[in-house]
Order: sequence, then C-alpha cells, then structure tokens
Amino acid sequence: MTTTAYNFAYLDEQTKRMIRRAILKAIAIPGYQVPFASREMPMPYGWGTGGIQVTAAILGPDDVLKVIDQGADDTTNAVSIRAFFAKTADIAVTTKTEDATIIQTRHRIPEAPLNADQVLVYQVPIPEPLRFLEPRETETRTMHALSDYGLMHVKLYEDIARHGHIATSYDYPVEVAGRYVMDPSPIPKFDNPKMDDCPALQLFGAGREKRIYAIPPHTRVVSLDFEDHPFERNTFDHPCAMCGATDSYLDEVVTDDRGGRMYVCSDTDYCETRQAAGHRGKMHSDPLVKDAAE
Amino acid sequence: MSGSTIPLLAAAHVSKSYGGRPACRDVGFSIDEGEVLAIVGESGSGKTTLLNMISGRLRPDGGEVLYRMRDGSQRNILDLSEAERRLLMRTDWGFVHQDAAQGLRMNVSAGGNIGERLMAIGNRHYGDIRTQAEGWLGRVEIDVGRLDDKPTAFSGGMRQRLQIARNLVTRPRLIFMDEPTGGLDVSVQARLLDLIRGLVADLGLAVVLVTHDLAVARLLSHRILVMKDGQVIESGLTDRVLDDPQAPYTQLLVSSVLAA
Repeated sequence: MTTTAYNFAYLDEQTKRMIRRAILKAIAIPGYQVPFASREMPMPYGWGTGGIQVTAAILGPDDVLKVIDQGADDTTNAVSIRAFFAKTADIAVTTKTEDATIIQTRHRIPEAPLNADQVLVYQVPIPEPLRFLEPRETETRTMHALSDYGLMHVKLYEDIARHGHIATSYDYPVEVAGRYVMDPSPIPKFDNPKMDDCPALQLFGAGREKRIYAIPPHTRVVSLDFEDHPFERNTFDHPCAMCGATDSYLDEVVTDDRGGRMYVCSDTDYCETRQAAGHRGKMHSDPLVKDAAE
Repeated sequence: MSGSTIPLLAAAHVSKSYGGRPACRDVGFSIDEGEVLAIVGESGSGKTTLLNMISGRLRPDGGEVLYRMRDGSQRNILDLSEAERRLLMRTDWGFVHQDAAQGLRMNVSAGGNIGERLMAIGNRHYGDIRTQAEGWLGRVEIDVGRLDDKPTAFSGGMRQRLQIARNLVTRPRLIFMDEPTGGLDVSVQARLLDLIRGLVADLGLAVVLVTHDLAVARLLSHRILVMKDGQVIESGLTDRVLDDPQAPYTQLLVSSVLAA
C-alpha cells in the first residue's frame, strides 16, 4: 500500500519535531517525565496512543517495526498498530525480535536480548509512580524534584505487612540512574532486571497523561526494595508447555472447565523460535523431538 | 535544658493579612527546649494562622521566625529551601492536627503511618521499621496487635494517639499541636492529655499548643499567649495569667469557662 493520503507515519512533521524534542529531553534526564502536547490519535486512550506517537516520531523509512501486546505479536492491539504503520509509513514489519529496529510494546519486554541498534517503545497508562499514594500532581512533581521518595517505600511496607512479601508483581517501581523513581509501565516485575544496563534505548509514551520519559542505553535501573526483603523476580514451577523453556515469562491458559490449565511463553516470537529450533514442551502436538520434558 | 541561651524558636513581628483583613499583627514570642507554650483565644483570633506561619506551612507577610537547628546554628525558617524545610518538618518537628485524618494516611496501616518518617529519611530495613513502630504504638497506649490495622478502623482518641506516635518516631525537639483534643469526649480527652504530658516530660519536647480550651492550656502548658483580633493581648506563666488575668478580654475569657 502507498501513503498518498497521510503524511509519513501519520503525524505531521511539526508534531513529530515537538515529540522528538520531548524525547531528547527525556533521554537527557533519565527517568524524568517530560510533558508533551499529546495528539488525538485514531484510537481510544488506553490502546497505546502514547506509544504510537513516540513510534511515529522516531520511525524512518528503513526501520523494521515489531509490535507486541502482552508479549504476543498476534493480539488485536499488536496487529492493528503494526498494520497502521505498514499503511501510513510503508515500512517493513516483522514479528522477529532480532530483526526489528523499533519494538513497540505493551506489558512486556521481549525475552531475546536487545541490542544497541534497537529502540523499545513502551505504552504507558499511568506514568506517575506516586499517583496512587499522592493524588495531587503539584505535590508529586515537588516530590520528584526533591527526590522525596519515602512514600514509595511506604507502599512496599504495606505490601509486606499485608502479604508477608512484596506483593507488587507488575508496575514495580524502579530508580533510574540513581535519581528519579520511575513507573516501568505495567510490565511484570520479571522483566525489571532487563531494563538495567540494557544496550537498547527505552522510550516510554503516555498519551492520555501527556508524558514521555526514557532510559538511555546502559543506564543503571534498580528495583526498589528493603534490605531484609530484597527485590525478587517471579519464578515459575513449570516449563513452557509448548517449547519447554524454563527462563521465560509464562501465561496461564485455562484449557477446560475441570481445572485443566497450561503454561506457555507470553513472548510468542521467543516460543516459536524455540519450537522451530526443535525444542518441545510436554503439551506440544509434535512431541519428543529434542529435549522433551518427560 | 541544653544550657544554650539562644531560644529554640523565636518569632518576631510576624504579620499576615488575608486580602487586607489582618489575621495576625506583629506577633512575637520565643520558646525553649522542654517548654510548653499555649496559644489561646476565641475562634478567628488568629491562633491557627500564627501556628501555620511559625511551622513553615504558611508564609507571613512580614517578620521572622528563627529556629535553632540541631547543629546550634540559628536559621530563619522563612529562608529555608523547600528541601530543608521538608527535612526539618519530618525530623526535628512534628505537627499534630485537630482532625487526625489530615495528619494520617488513612488508607495505610498504623505501622506504615509510624514508619513513613523513618522511610523518608532513608531507613530501608523492614524489620527495624516495624520494631520501632511497635515500640511507639505501645508508648501511645495502643494495642500492638493493631499494628497492621488502618486508622479508619480506629476510634477518634486512638487516631489522635497514632498521629502523635507518627510524629515522635524521629525524636523531634519541637511539636506543633492544633487543638489536639478537639472533638473528643472528656474521658478520652483526659487520657490523651495525660499521655501528652507524660511524653513531653519524658522526651523534653518543646510544644506550641493552640487551643480554645483553657483547661487544656492549664494542664499542659508552662506559658500562655492570649490572642484577640490577631494580636497578643496578654502573655506570661499559665497559672499567673489564668488566676490573675490583667487584660479585660482575658478576664472575660477566664470567667466565661463553665465550672463542671
């Protein structure tokens, strides 16, 4: 398809310049939420209007775009956004993590390691990590300015007091480059360690809240915790039922109404790549090729 | 107490108008460590405005408020940066509100409320924070078993005691109290006053206490300021002022208290 009806990547050039300036400022101040004049997009808020604007602003004709939603390339949101840019920018799209130059994501970081030529764009619903503790925007801005982050630990304290451990399992707050406390968007805390010292540039766009923030490559990202209750990545009791992976984040899928369930990789590309390489989980229809897990 | 000749807090010529209507006119006083100063007066006399100004919560139109920091240096709190002011408020100062809901986080457990100051100044050890919270809950006579309950499940008197514990956990030297016993029934009030009096004596706290209740002032304070129309009309030792009031307004105030 061609792009006669739209400007390249949908947004007009002035808007892209404005967003790029916000992105540059965000990269210069890691973890700081830069306000920007978020535009109306042809989709509802909450569907990734922030991420899509960031992607549109950084997209070039040679880029290869991958879009994931909860790790999957084949869910509605991922398919629609991928099609949107294929149509409005006429760029190449892929589902392969290693082939992509820009990966727009909702709720996951790909399992395959990212490299320095890649940019990860997060869709962010609520960029303010302090929001549910302090409703006033004027106050949260002051708290960021003064590094007044004690309240964040009050939240973690409450978790431990109530559940015996830090029960926050997604949206787990991080400290970026020793300064700003940042909301990593609703990724599982399983993915938090991947943000630390990541060679790829990470950009965060919140469309409704009109904020952009960033983690430059190789930046120190620390998940907040207590000395006697350190941050722990969640672990799984099962390997992936399709590819047998033991190192990936798994989705629980209910398979019948008698308590049957299976656990599969949420990163569809990772799972398919492993299956193509001959790895098999115990529920794969073509089992026992390489390392069948019993 | 420390033998220093510089007062802990000294206010001079503090004034504030709300749209041309003066709320506080040229007020000055000082307070030393371990001393309890009561500010009394009728509603609208400028007591709360004065308290908010000397505690750095409201900027006066004129005057100065000098505070002797822990290192002995005297600083005008109106010149402190926002960061310094916040640090002071959560380490060396405390503020007890009349309405406990303003001074507490109502959706955070009692332990979290007490521990907030500790976490704000960098304590990152859960067990330690919890132990200190338990200790303070005991000191303010709340059952330690209520540590994980939210203040919404507490009675008015318990909320007020929790608010005091939350303020004292960093061992402040100066506490501001705005009608701490307001809205409590008399028996709860008596118990709270008893607790405050004990803590003030044990910890050597300086307290600036705003109240319209002369009985509270008589029980707790060493010295008293009587305010009317934004001005201090009489000040001195509490028993002297209350037993032998000089200003006509103070005489009226003292004589208008109902004897039970």
